[in-house]
Amino acid sequence: MYNKGGVKMKKTALYDAHLSLGAKMIEFGGTMMPLQYKDIAFEHDAVRQKVGIFDVSHMGELLVTGKDALKFVNYVVTNAIPSVSKKVTYALLCDEDGFVIDDLLVYVLTSEHILLAVNASNIEKDFEWLKKHQQKFDIELKNVSDSYSQLAIQGPLAHDEVVQLLQLKPPYLTFMTFDVIHYLNEPLIVSRTGYTGEDGYEIYGTHTRIQTLWKASLEKGITPCGLGCRDTLRFEASLPLYGHEISNTIHPFEAGLGFAVKETGFIGSESLQLKKQQVSRKLVGIQMLERGIPRADYRLFAGEKEVGFITTGYMLKTQTHPIALAMVELPYTKLGTELQVEIRQQKLACRVIKKKFYEKHYVKES
Amino acid sequence: MSKRLFANSDEWVNIDGTKATIGISNYAQESLGAIVFIELPKVGTTVKKGQVFGAVESVKAASDLYAPMSGKVIFVNDALEAQPELLNEDPYVNYLIEIEVETPEDTGDLMEEPDYLASRH
Repeated sequence: MYNKGGVKMKKTALYDAHLSLGAKMIEFGGTMMPLQYKDIAFEHDAVRQKVGIFDVSHMGELLVTGKDALKFVNYVVTNAIPSVSKKVTYALLCDEDGFVIDDLLVYVLTSEHILLAVNASNIEKDFEWLKKHQQKFDIELKNVSDSYSQLAIQGPLAHDEVVQLLQLKPPYLTFMTFDVIHYLNEPLIVSRTGYTGEDGYEIYGTHTRIQTLWKASLEKGITPCGLGCRDTLRFEASLPLYGHEISNTIHPFEAGLGFAVKETGFIGSESLQLKKQQVSRKLVGIQMLERGIPRADYRLFAGEKEVGFITTGYMLKTQTHPIALAMVELPYTKLGTELQVEIRQQKLACRVIKKKFYEKHYVKES
Repeated sequence: MSKRLFANSDEWVNIDGTKATIGISNYAQESLGAIVFIELPKVGTTVKKGQVFGAVESVKAASDLYAPMSGKVIFVNDALEAQPELLNEDPYVNYLIEIEVETPEDTGDLMEEPDYLASRH
């Protein structure tokens, strides 16, 4: 099928499965994806209380291979990537001015094979950026996104379900570690990572094996969950989304991502050393004090002065008030500061609260 | 005999003499998904045909409401503020507002139900 601009839409290997479940489909980053199967709030709740499964095959995978793979990756991303270990590293790609190109996960498969898991909407952009900087390195770059399907299984019951589905044996993975296992005679990358704030796993594999795993998961009663609740869950866990909390006009220290930025030796490090000393705006939490839902791009005011904008906002059943993440100028970032958010030409009262809306449930020790 | 007419923007109007009730169509509530918030005008406000008179919000996004007819608001269904999900349950019984219609004949751009349904993809 084609979108309104006449561009051919991609489908994941689970497209027919989503249709058979009656999913409401939408276009995301050029791929037809399930927005919801039953109801966004219902699916959000299933992940928080039990376990849900997401088709995240639209995400991208870029492979860096060769003698200088580790050196190259350490040069292009902001975080320190260790040599072979089972660690999954969260990192950013930044430009020379320190603005964010994408956020990603780095999997060091071997010292000469590194997989970068990138956002669906940035696959081509990221790939071009890497190719632009590869000259001095003895490496090969491949966009293998079309070869991989991916599932995320998330929730308090996710670990037990995944152990059964994949016949995992102890010692089990802990948060932000991965392993390559065999499932029906093919390799799967299994990592204890996720984008919901709950314990869970992300699983990368070939299309046929992921199709089988999806089917087996639904047969076990795991709730299928769409992009709608994927966004409400990550927002509630205060996790950034590219294009909202991070973008090509936002740098990591404004977005509270300094923990993923090493001192030197990567593209943008010099600019970022300066920017770190001059942070003039920050991501904060916003709570509504008057009736209204703050949405992305709505403007924030302190009286007559425009002081920021909403990056993501929702009214969630699991929260007492509509809340949001927002990029706000110092000193209006102080907790308790009362501001106004402009909703449909009306200024409604809100205040700055902690960004932490939810206590995450990562399993850091086995 | 009054009959429901539909606007291309998915609102409906039911004209009965000089009064009219206005709501959103079943197609609209289904497309929106679970409705979590509704903003309606106050009694006494004038709404203008084709212009925004309020908003309805699903989990994901806000949608403007466009008046299918012009008139003065004489009743607002406040119950929807506390229970926006009623719009998903029955968007015909749970109408939004009632107006005193300015020009009841001005329905040329509105569709009868069969034509409206046929035009929705």
